[in-house]
Amino acid sequence: MARVKLDNYAYADVPRLGPRGWLRWMWRQVTSMRVALILLILLALAAIPGSVLPQWPQDASDTAAFLAENPTWGPILDRLGFLDVFGSAWFTAIYLLLFASLIGCIIPRIGVYWRELRAEVPAAPSRLDRYAPVTEDSPLSPADAVAAIRTELAGRGPAPWQWLTGFRVRVDERTGRDGVAEIAVSAHRGHVREAGNLVFHVSLVGILLAVAAGSLLTYRGQALIVEGDSFTNAVVAYDTYEAGSLFSEDDLEPWILTLEELDAQFDDTGRPTMFTAHATLTEPGQEPRAVDAQVNRPIQVEGAKIYLQGNGYAPSFTVTDSAGNVAFQGAVPFIPQDDVYTSTGVIKVPDVTEGEQLGFSGTLLPSALGEGPDAISVFPSPENPVIYLQMYTGDLGLDDGIPQNVYTLDESQLSPVRDDAGDVAVIELVPGQTVELPEGLGSITWDSLDRFAGFDLRRDPSLPWLLAFAITSLLGLGMSLFAPRRRVWVTVPTADAAGGEVTVVTAAVWSPPHDAGAALTRERALAAATGRPRPSSTSPEDDE
Amino acid sequence: MNAQELSWLALWGATALYAIAMVASSMHLARVADAKVARKRERELVAAGAMPADPAAGVSMNGAPAAASAPLKVTSKARGIAQATTLMGAVLQGIGVISRGIEAGHVPWSTMYEYTITGTWVAVVVLLIVQRRRDVAYLAPGVTGFATIGLGLAMTVLYAQSTGLQPALQSFWLVIHVSIAIISTGIFTVGATATVLQLMRDYRDAGTGWLQRFHWLEATPSPARLEALAFRLHAVGFVLWTFTVMAGAVWAEHAWGRYWGWDPKEVWSFVIWVIYAAYLHARTTQGWAGRRSAVIALIGFVALIMNFTVVNLVFQGLHTYSGT
Ligand code: HEM
Repeated sequence: MARVKLDNYAYADVPRLGPRGWLRWMWRQVTSMRVALILLILLALAAIPGSVLPQWPQDASDTAAFLAENPTWGPILDRLGFLDVFGSAWFTAIYLLLFASLIGCIIPRIGVYWRELRAEVPAAPSRLDRYAPVTEDSPLSPADAVAAIRTELAGRGPAPWQWLTGFRVRVDERTGRDGVAEIAVSAHRGHVREAGNLVFHVSLVGILLAVAAGSLLTYRGQALIVEGDSFTNAVVAYDTYEAGSLFSEDDLEPWILTLEELDAQFDDTGRPTMFTAHATLTEPGQEPRAVDAQVNRPIQVEGAKIYLQGNGYAPSFTVTDSAGNVAFQGAVPFIPQDDVYTSTGVIKVPDVTEGEQLGFSGTLLPSALGEGPDAISVFPSPENPVIYLQMYTGDLGLDDGIPQNVYTLDESQLSPVRDDAGDVAVIELVPGQTVELPEGLGSITWDSLDRFAGFDLRRDPSLPWLLAFAITSLLGLGMSLFAPRRRVWVTVPTADAAGGEVTVVTAAVWSPPHDAGAALTRERALAAATGRPRPSSTSPEDDE
Repeated sequence: MNAQELSWLALWGATALYAIAMVASSMHLARVADAKVARKRERELVAAGAMPADPAAGVSMNGAPAAASAPLKVTSKARGIAQATTLMGAVLQGIGVISRGIEAGHVPWSTMYEYTITGTWVAVVVLLIVQRRRDVAYLAPGVTGFATIGLGLAMTVLYAQSTGLQPALQSFWLVIHVSIAIISTGIFTVGATATVLQLMRDYRDAGTGWLQRFHWLEATPSPARLEALAFRLHAVGFVLWTFTVMAGAVWAEHAWGRYWGWDPKEVWSFVIWVIYAAYLHARTTQGWAGRRSAVIALIGFVALIMNFTVVNLVFQGLHTYSGT
């Protein structure tokens, strides 16, 4: 059994035969710094395909298109998880191993750190020559010089401040190498750095746990509300709804949100400058209150947030059927397709008195320029709104029990209505206008033009935890990288031993190479020992 | 002259000054290299004649000689010109950046053009700050060269008329998140410059053939000291980048209702963060400290540049501030 050094932080026993030895050997490997490093590199590499290839969770339609375009490679990539990298088995394996390594790494380090804090600082080495010692004469007595060094290095101020800025100091009276009695001061500073490092790594685990808890406890839904309409917070009211497995639908608070007005502002070139949804929120047992949602400024309700995610036009129509009865009345959201809000939508009229069901698919141009099929919209505001409708008759397919997309017509059992020339009839409407439908099927009126707001609602109780761990990790990281790790040693031969009047002070310092301020600490110790004023700035650096 | 013209003129002026600074600082560097080589010879001669000193004494653990060898101060006309043009360039660029902000009516970092002019400015300012504390003449050609190319590209290729901010960008977090991102990019840039020098110097000292031609490398400090400087810069950059990613998550939570969605920009910010974390670990891993960890830091910098170029221009995502 030989001990083998894996790297600076881990030793391993050469494995004995047998499962326990192997297990222990594997665990040592996993928690070694080198493996952590390799896992980090792997994690970075593994994330990259997630930005290059389309991903199911981010953009399902793009991903489906990619699969259609790449019939050979697409399915292989899909099966291997490349189209959902961040949910794939291999990505998960890498980060779970990394965190296993992390936990296996920090738990022993916390123990070591704890013992180190309680133990005394190691004594000064018997020879300081290896550490570029500097020697000075002091007018103080050896005891006074050492006391001054101790006060200087141990730090001042209230306890937490002293802990953060001071050294841990140890003083020995001993016989030095040459048989001379001396007082040796050994001061160590590095406890803050190590504490910061541990806080940082522990916070990373905290972040991972908070994210995991959040995904179990969250719910999120999307709903589209037309001006004047209300929305009650219940699963059925959402257009899409997802929840983590630990969230129960019964926990949804039945508050009501009424959209009063959606205010959309554009500059002269048609670029959006501001969207504001003015709404009224009624929470159970409370007075209704006015709330506003803007992009970047969600509405807060019962631990959840309501985000304004989209907006568009929702024209209102009245359709009468061939018998003259009102078969449909209401607003229909038209989904914007471009920056000037050219929008498309459908009207489904299943409840006709007699004959076949009616369906319309339409295009709304808020600021139409041109005539007929060539017309385009030139501005997002409704300067000159026009709607072009195509009409269909037949079976809308609503009774099949299969959930339907409300924004498209299922044309499989519908046939377009044609004009006298045999072309598909196009109905042109402006607000307030009523048009008779072809073949005596009734009439359609464009009553008014409202807007709708698309809301995204999310509750995630892990957010405060996430924020807290993010802050502690940042603080820990700062401490870990910027708090110095230094040792200072000072030896002072006691006067009688030296047999002279003057006190000779020898000081040396050790620090990692990147620490530019270490020499200053040595100067501080020397200054204290000789009663000089405290040096304030770094001594000029040698250039080689 | 309106703010737009002022900004345009000032930025071109800064580009020209940086180009001069780059040439002048390279010339100065060659001088320093000569002087260093000369001093080395002199020392060798002295040492050959004198009693050999105890090799252990006087060398501290951090590789610096304890005996205070007088720092080598090489003053040349080129150095004066380089410093003056860099400073004037930074002032002009500052005027250019600020008047662009005034013209646009918001902080000047919402398009690639604005990001570039502000980012290169930060890199030069970081150089000026480091320069005040220590003699880093060897960093000047790299950083001023980077600024010249960056600004030149910004003015000719990336330029975009200033516009109002889209609603999604109208946030206090834009100011926080992007400004810190730019500052850490500037710091990483200077850190990467030091790392490149570290590697070149290291391989040159080890006898790599083609590097022997680069006489000016004699002007740089030892690889160990360059690594120490690079680490300090990378450490600051890493903390700021960590903050950038976190502030971005907070902002995404405000704007889009999710703090993390693996948008291409988010993927790359994460990749950059992980690579630099790997660098920090590699520094303390046996067999990786030195050259290998330096290579990881440079890969991190390449990813940083990718994030700003390829990811903005090629990938579709919510971060569509590229302004093209
Ligand atoms: C989740 C991924 C991890 C990240 C993002 C991370 C990040 C960091 C950072 C930023 C530092 C500061 C570097 C410095 O002080 O120079 C650090 C230090 C350290 N990390 Fe990690 N770490 C991770 C995982 C691990 C793992 C798995 C281990 C155990 C094998 C580990 C062990 C250490 C040690 C021992 C140090 C101190 C190095 C020193 O300064 O001497 N880390 N880590």
